[in-house]
Amino acid sequence: MDSNCLSVLALPMPHDHPHTVLPADPVLRVKALETLLVKKGLVDPAALQAIIDTYEHKIGPQNGARVVAKMWSDPAFRAAMVDDPMPLLSELGYYGRQGEHMVVVENTPDVHNIVVCTLCSCYPWPLLGIPPGWYKSDAYRSRVVREPRKVLAEFGVTLPESTSVRVWDSTAEVRYLVVPERPEGTDGFSENALAALVTRDSMVGVGLAKEPNT
Amino acid sequence: MSKPDPTFEAPWHAEVFAMTVHLQESGLFSWADWTQCFGATLAVHGLDKELDGGDDYFIAWVEALEKMLANIGLADASILGSLKDAWADAYLKTPHGQPVKIEDD
Repeated sequence: MDSNCLSVLALPMPHDHPHTVLPADPVLRVKALETLLVKKGLVDPAALQAIIDTYEHKIGPQNGARVVAKMWSDPAFRAAMVDDPMPLLSELGYYGRQGEHMVVVENTPDVHNIVVCTLCSCYPWPLLGIPPGWYKSDAYRSRVVREPRKVLAEFGVTLPESTSVRVWDSTAEVRYLVVPERPEGTDGFSENALAALVTRDSMVGVGLAKEPNT
Repeated sequence: MSKPDPTFEAPWHAEVFAMTVHLQESGLFSWADWTQCFGATLAVHGLDKELDGGDDYFIAWVEALEKMLANIGLADASILGSLKDAWADAYLKTPHGQPVKIEDD
């Protein structure tokens, strides 16, 4: 956790006895919080590092991609996921913080689903990891509800007029996973090969699954 | 948008995120209470400018966590202010290249 010296190397040092550069205000506020909470015994620095390590290295969209690939490959699994995903996600180990109540929404030629959190940035951590910056931005959070097709176009997705767009607003309790449409030309693909086509953006609904050989 | 994003853009984003998760899991507050407090803080911050989801998002996060802890009597604003000043002093007094520490009470 001790990263105090990280940002000082490239900066000019005008003094005879250069001191460490003063970090920005929020950095100092976070240090103050951590100092107080550690002193009170409410947080353990090792536990904080374990949480950070989990989201930086262990959990990410590859989990969701495996689930989507399995849904594409296994009709019984797919039906069970749509009905009640929680027992299956628990079995797969994709259960936990911010993924306690998942709802799976499938894209079809008729309906395209998009996920947002208009309140803050609720997101299915066990399946997709930590949300990207754009998911947390005011621009996305407010505009995707008002003008979803325009936002989709900015992500490079243009849907036929006949496809309706449904926007799901996440909450502290309910999180959504979009199952993109399976690309053409993937008959006989293994689950691993299919998972490689499933992008994070496609599982939020602002992208499509990749075409094979692209 | 296709370039992979780092999970956390800055170490302090990760640190305040982890503290919040840890405190919630210790039962000090519910995640629903947290999202209410954080969402309200984000809404206030978003009145002056459009938040881009980077530093500005986590600045709101820090403020919301300070508020949550003050509300449950765990972190008085004046104590946090003193600790922040102590860290600022420590940075200014520590020669470049050495670890920055504050004195224990």
